[in-house]
Amino acid sequence: MGRKLLLEKAHVAGITTYEVYRREGGYRSVEKALKSMSPDQVTEEVKKSGLRGRGGAGFPTGMKWGFLAKPEGVPRYLVVNADESEPGTFKDRYLMEFIPHLLLEGMITSSYALGSNRSYIYIRGEYVWVAEILEKAIDEARANGWLGKNILGSGFDCDIYVHRGAGAYICGEETALLESLEGKRGNPRIKPPFPAVKGLWGCPTVVNNVETVAAVVPIINDGGEEYAKIGIGKSTGTKLISACGNINKPGVYEIDMTISVEEFIYSDEYCGGIPAGKKLKACIPGGSSVPILPANLLLKTAKGETRMMTYESLADGGFASGSMMGSGGFIVLDDSQCVVRHTYSLARFYRHESCGQCSPCREGTGWMEKILWNIETGKGKLSDIDLLWDIQRKIEGNTICPLGDAAAWPVAAAIRHFRDEFEWHVLHPDEAQQRNYGLMHYADPIHVPQPVMA
Amino acid sequence: MSSETKNTVSTVKVTIDNITIDVPAGTTILNAARMIGGDVTPPAMCYYSKLEGSGGKCRTCLVEVAAGSAADPRPMPKLVASCRTGVMEGMVVKNITSDKVKEARAGVVEFLLLNHPLDCPVCDQAGECHLQDLGYEHGKEGTRYEFERRTFEKEDIGPYIQLHMTRCILCYRCTYVADQLTDNRVHGILDRGDHAEISTHISKAIDNNFSGNMIDVCPVGALTDKTFRFKNRVWFTKPVYAHRDCPDCCGKVTLWQRGDEVLRVTARKDEWGEVCSYEGKPGWICNTCRFDKKSASDWVIEGPANINRHSVISQGHYTGLQKPKETLPEVMGGRAPKLMMDIHDVSEVNKIELSQLPGAATGNDFNSPAAKEA
Repeated sequence: MGRKLLLEKAHVAGITTYEVYRREGGYRSVEKALKSMSPDQVTEEVKKSGLRGRGGAGFPTGMKWGFLAKPEGVPRYLVVNADESEPGTFKDRYLMEFIPHLLLEGMITSSYALGSNRSYIYIRGEYVWVAEILEKAIDEARANGWLGKNILGSGFDCDIYVHRGAGAYICGEETALLESLEGKRGNPRIKPPFPAVKGLWGCPTVVNNVETVAAVVPIINDGGEEYAKIGIGKSTGTKLISACGNINKPGVYEIDMTISVEEFIYSDEYCGGIPAGKKLKACIPGGSSVPILPANLLLKTAKGETRMMTYESLADGGFASGSMMGSGGFIVLDDSQCVVRHTYSLARFYRHESCGQCSPCREGTGWMEKILWNIETGKGKLSDIDLLWDIQRKIEGNTICPLGDAAAWPVAAAIRHFRDEFEWHVLHPDEAQQRNYGLMHYADPIHVPQPVMA
Repeated sequence: MSSETKNTVSTVKVTIDNITIDVPAGTTILNAARMIGGDVTPPAMCYYSKLEGSGGKCRTCLVEVAAGSAADPRPMPKLVASCRTGVMEGMVVKNITSDKVKEARAGVVEFLLLNHPLDCPVCDQAGECHLQDLGYEHGKEGTRYEFERRTFEKEDIGPYIQLHMTRCILCYRCTYVADQLTDNRVHGILDRGDHAEISTHISKAIDNNFSGNMIDVCPVGALTDKTFRFKNRVWFTKPVYAHRDCPDCCGKVTLWQRGDEVLRVTARKDEWGEVCSYEGKPGWICNTCRFDKKSASDWVIEGPANINRHSVISQGHYTGLQKPKETLPEVMGGRAPKLMMDIHDVSEVNKIELSQLPGAATGNDFNSPAAKEA
């Protein structure tokens, strides 16, 4: 049984209300931080904890906080990114829906560390009911003196506002989020300047994921060093994984980053294996934009080591044979799934969600979608596969924001690992409409070259 | 000593394609390259130096930074948009000397042309279209795109401007014009991705007095002048510089004439296709000058406009012309024809014998004292 820090109390009856949350030990971290610590000490604890951003990029949170510019007389802002729109990722929704006060507690503590007197939660517009839950929780916290002027007599003022998005995936990109929060069209800004210097309304801003901010609570309660003891290497603490796809028990799991991918998929504590006696074919371990991996590379790295559920191990081998932890949207595909179809639906998503600001992403995503649709419906050519490869290469790295990369990676990885399935679709157009390519060799053990003895 | 320190702070040394130049601190790579000029300058479709915040979107000006600065000589991991990246002391930039840049740029050109109709022969912008030039210089001869292109209905935005969204490359320049030149912006980008479009909110007319400038900043034929549309090919017209006293704007324009008829009035453009500046101020012109003053007598004509020799517009060069034999007096039995008017009274341009000039006529030919005497 892995250790739980965030979801430990998530299923206590009535935990969404302030009374129960407080009775269960809530808001201790605010008391501790405001009464006994300076803002810099809080930041120091977060640095010691080794906490890494849970939104996808995995950037060390303490370091990000350290970059925040602190000019005299200019307000600073903390913005929590709750615009969780990545296909396959739904961990933040779970956290906010079941234990909203944990997010608020983390926000107040973080706001104290960063000196933000007005903090925002930018929530995805589709999460209508979650926004209502959060607003109710904010009212309760304010009524009990955890928000407002002079919290706990410390002289620190803080208030939290919920801002609803209008249904754009791109607004999860931090600078597009800030634009949208300012009331403008949600187009990503050109960096530099980074938000830490010039963010919301031109002021220094930290944008953090919901789970990252919530993780500040156990860090302050138990101390950064204690938190850093959990996990392996630079992957410290616990991570929420939202598992979905062809598994027996889809849902949100808190893992302590010490288990292997195989254990996560097959153990009864987590996903509980693959239903109906089918076999594992492929998996996207970190939300739709990270590279897809075939079963053999998912369970073992190219070096033959067991792949673990950590930032480093999932990325082992780079994009040639690895993937990314991403935002923790764990999508499992069994042998009845078609990778071409799957890649097409992702390409369709990114085409729809591209903001249209810079040309490679605006035009390239639409082009890839059309070619993939041709291949999927049996009208493709073998040259289309090379063309797709060329298009994704010209999008990746040449755009303003990471959406271009996010659109290019799934296509690149699908072609890299499943090229024969694409070719089969092209060469057997009629058969491909009737049945799927199946598992084929995707779960075969990988040959690991051994050093030659002299 | 102190002045020396000041100097080192105010200018930085940057090397672009092996050419080193001193530029003021805070200059962007693109502007530094423009100071060198020639082939070293990256093309720019969305950047417009007179519009604050423009640039970074089209990605045609991507360059490779081989060394970030003298202090930190690491290369930048990705290609950067030169129009929005400032130079640093000792920065080494590769533009046409980088294969990565050339490949990425060819990719961007292909992307830009993907949904753009390739019907230049029927487009009013042909001859002065930046995308046409870009495709000619950096593009491939064919497209690999096999699908239907996106199309939109033509839309009249106000009495003077027509929007043909099908041709738009979403450079956002016109929205910056609307934001920064007019006091009430009524148009912008609707929707997103490849179905994004420029439009007014609920077909509202754009009637601001400076709205015509968005025609000048449009790099393609998406925004066109309704008073000029399809009246003439641009290379058949004669661009001349002219001015008038305008209470609203600088009044310095280019008239595009055919004979003595003024077909079109635009702001004067510099060698990068941007509006010229006068005393540090961009020479935007008002709608009165642009759309209402369509008679040569409204203007004081200065002389032919400077047109780049590579432009198709300069094809009507004036050297080596054989004057046709004057047969009219012969036909009329020795009588001179009665002139309805003396053309020299209408336009000063006609006082110069163009066939005597060694090259293409420029404004200087008309402003020199000798020309004035003639």
